[in-house]
Amino acid sequence: MGAFADEAWQRLRSNPAAVAALAMMCTILALTWFGPWISPNDAQTLDWLHLAAPPGVQNSHWFGTDRLGRDLFVRTLAGTRVSMAIGLAASVVSLLVGVTYGAIAGYIGGRTDHLMMRVIEILSGLPLIFFVIVLTVIFGRSEYLLFFAIGAVGWLTMARIVRGQTLSVRRREFIEAAIASGAGTGRIIFRHVVPNVLGPVIVYATLTVPQIILFESFLSFLGLGVQEPGASLGTLISEGAAEMEVAPWILLVPGSFLALLLLCLNIFGDALRDALDIRDGSP
Amino acid sequence: MTPTLSIDDLRIAFSHRAGSIEAVDRVSLQIAPSECVGIVGESGSGKTQVFMAAMGLLAGNARATGSVRFEGRELLAADRATLNRVRGSKLTMIPQDPMTSLTPHLKIGIQLAEVMVAHLGTTWSDARSCARRMLERVHVAEPMRRLNQYPHELSGGMRQRVMIAMSLLCEPSLVIADEPSTALDVTIQAQIIELLRAVRGEFGMALALISHDLAVVAGLADRILVMYAGRIVEAAAAGELFRRPRHPYTAELLKCVPDISGPRPARLPTLVGQPPRPGEVLEACAFAPRCSRAAERCRIERPELGGPAGAQVACHFPLSND
Amino acid sequence: MIEPLLKVRDLCVDFGSNAAVRGVDFDLAAGEIVGLVGESGSGKSTLARAILRLLQPVRGSVQFLGQDLLQCSSAALRARRRELQIVFQDPLASLNPRMTVGEAIGEPLQIFELEQTARARQLQVDAMLERVGLASGMAARYPHEFSGGQCQRVGIARAMILRPKLLICDEVVSSLDMSIQGQIVNLLIDLQREAGMAVLFISHNLAVVRHLSQRVMVIYSGKLVEIAFCDALFAAPKHPYTRALLAAVPRLPSVIPTPAAPTVPASPVLSASPVLSAEPVQQARLMASGCAYRDRCPYVLPLCETTEPPLIEIGTGHWAACHRSHETLIPLSSVS
Repeated sequence: MGAFADEAWQRLRSNPAAVAALAMMCTILALTWFGPWISPNDAQTLDWLHLAAPPGVQNSHWFGTDRLGRDLFVRTLAGTRVSMAIGLAASVVSLLVGVTYGAIAGYIGGRTDHLMMRVIEILSGLPLIFFVIVLTVIFGRSEYLLFFAIGAVGWLTMARIVRGQTLSVRRREFIEAAIASGAGTGRIIFRHVVPNVLGPVIVYATLTVPQIILFESFLSFLGLGVQEPGASLGTLISEGAAEMEVAPWILLVPGSFLALLLLCLNIFGDALRDALDIRDGSP
Repeated sequence: MTPTLSIDDLRIAFSHRAGSIEAVDRVSLQIAPSECVGIVGESGSGKTQVFMAAMGLLAGNARATGSVRFEGRELLAADRATLNRVRGSKLTMIPQDPMTSLTPHLKIGIQLAEVMVAHLGTTWSDARSCARRMLERVHVAEPMRRLNQYPHELSGGMRQRVMIAMSLLCEPSLVIADEPSTALDVTIQAQIIELLRAVRGEFGMALALISHDLAVVAGLADRILVMYAGRIVEAAAAGELFRRPRHPYTAELLKCVPDISGPRPARLPTLVGQPPRPGEVLEACAFAPRCSRAAERCRIERPELGGPAGAQVACHFPLSND
Repeated sequence: MIEPLLKVRDLCVDFGSNAAVRGVDFDLAAGEIVGLVGESGSGKSTLARAILRLLQPVRGSVQFLGQDLLQCSSAALRARRRELQIVFQDPLASLNPRMTVGEAIGEPLQIFELEQTARARQLQVDAMLERVGLASGMAARYPHEFSGGQCQRVGIARAMILRPKLLICDEVVSSLDMSIQGQIVNLLIDLQREAGMAVLFISHNLAVVRHLSQRVMVIYSGKLVEIAFCDALFAAPKHPYTRALLAAVPRLPSVIPTPAAPTVPASPVLSASPVLSAEPVQQARLMASGCAYRDRCPYVLPLCETTEPPLIEIGTGHWAACHRSHETLIPLSSVS
């Protein structure tokens, strides 16, 4: 596996857009961790003197404040951190669950595959937002509910993709060779099938992260996710939308961060696909 | 008389992340009208790339220098319009793999007729009758029925006949047959070779026959060029080559040709080592690492093709009367 | 009477509506090298896969070391796989691109838990690499870094590391250059001599089969049409298809054809015969009865249309499935 990672890395490095996107994401990440230290403010303090203040360098609120006087810079960074964390964590879970599910369904085939695919189809068909709303009404807002909602959706497409990839990989001769060597089903799936489907999977996973972040923002925007005083990009955007005409920066600051983050992730995902799209064995 | 195909000092290099890989290294050859030239070589010898350059079908990352003249016209740097006028009509190719050479969703009749309509401006119905007649000439049974079939309904041998028919429709001056029988079974292979022989007799066009199998080339070629690692190592009249190979590689290759009759040898003849990968060769004789006759000179100085017209060899120590 | 290592009886495999293997019977003794010759579509590769139960046959039995591989449980089958190995045609495709060749060769050891430590496995892998002519330092490389011939050596190493009793070689030299084919064949001969295993060598290349085999079987359209000792088959083939195969091998001009191999290509008679335009094995599935070769056979009789000739013993160890096998058939060039 090492040789392929090296080659892919080489290709990525030579792609200027990818490098820029990666650099930007690292900057944002660094900011979310170290930003609060740079700024003299913190996310919770209400600055009565500067309610809904526009961005400026003269006061310490570089990105302005919101309606309650909280520093937007620090709050946006906190929100970004939450969104990224949820996006990343949910992606990893959907990756693990989706890959395992899809590889097993694709390889075993037959009735097992049919059954497993029907489960996916049913889950895909459910009006998830509806359920989330109902559950929120019953259990109240929480990050865990958010996570569950995203988790319930995230792995479905991944499983489908992996199953499709598995169907083509399992016809290949080295799988036959493994069977002929006496390998059992488990070994074949995890040692032979999965490593050979990872290319498209990793790319899809990178493209899932922005989708999940957007979905989380959407849910939070609807008031279904992260609670006060915590913030995510979605809640911030929701607040900002309410103040749009009077204090547009309250919307623009988190909105720009979200847009920038999504843009970088998408560019990076595309570049990753190009980097990984090598035909095995050809120079 | 202008040679039908004249290649001069052709060099083809493929640019790659790690640098440039030379696949064809200063190849010059000529094919006279109605002549059949066999080009023999193993993988990495560059034999196919030479003719891909002639057809303008090199990959995007290929850089070709030198000259490729077809009936006097330079093709190497020609624009697409010039190339399209020539290829498919006067300069045609029978590709290696009949399985993938035909468009799967179009009927055979359309694919054949298309060639004539595009190049000669014939009407579709005329082109179709020409196609049917051509299918007969290549011994395809029930040609009318075949015209209405899709490629997947035909066997490998049948598809190859269709490709041969396609290459002949516009009365070409040169047909390039790239491993025409390699992908086929040995009995079908024999039929296809026989067909090529018949077709050559009937149509009188020049034929460039590319193969890794000397025995396939033996039945058809007037002259044979042996390529190794992107270079021509021997060029001789067919009979002369088989009777008196001058290059050690040619001699070894002849020994490797499978023999059905005669006594069974204790070990199958073979060459040590393997053909160099494209890009591995330096300023030396490419065959030196595997040659039992290699001397110091072979490792530092590249041999040039030299000798009388019917028996040229690129070797510092060519084989003499064996 | 020693029990043969492999006994195949009435093996039938279907591919959809196509009968790819139709009632094949043969025996293979321990330590014997048997060649299986046929063209594409003849069913030879399907037969190999059916013996290994990589495909499920419709009926028949494959007795290996006294156990029917087609009837036993998958656990028993996996246990048996240790003694029955295969090397595939496409050397690169049969290796997992994401595994180093060392891992690929060592995997069977892991599967059967033959060595307990990674170090012990490494030693075995290195020894095997050396044995097949590759440097042991190459164990850390990936398949795409090797040439076709080298990959095939890796495939052979992987199959041999378990010291199987039977090795099936499915067209193992067909995709290799001519100058390399001999290397691989010679390697197989050496390995067989050392290990004493039986080999079933499947190929369409008659010369290579001739070099390697003690006995040869010819398969056409899913059925065995001739079985004989190697010299007997090449000197005096009894089935018309075998004769056509031998005649079709392209020859260098200096080779003088033997009397039993008629010169086919130049014969004007043959150009007019259905052979030149006939589609061979694809038609097989349409024939309900009669000999599968009748459409291409220059010696066809009305009997051939109705009755399929059984594979019968016509000489010592020489079997042929042809109604006319007892006759001395005249060479093809004189057939009118």
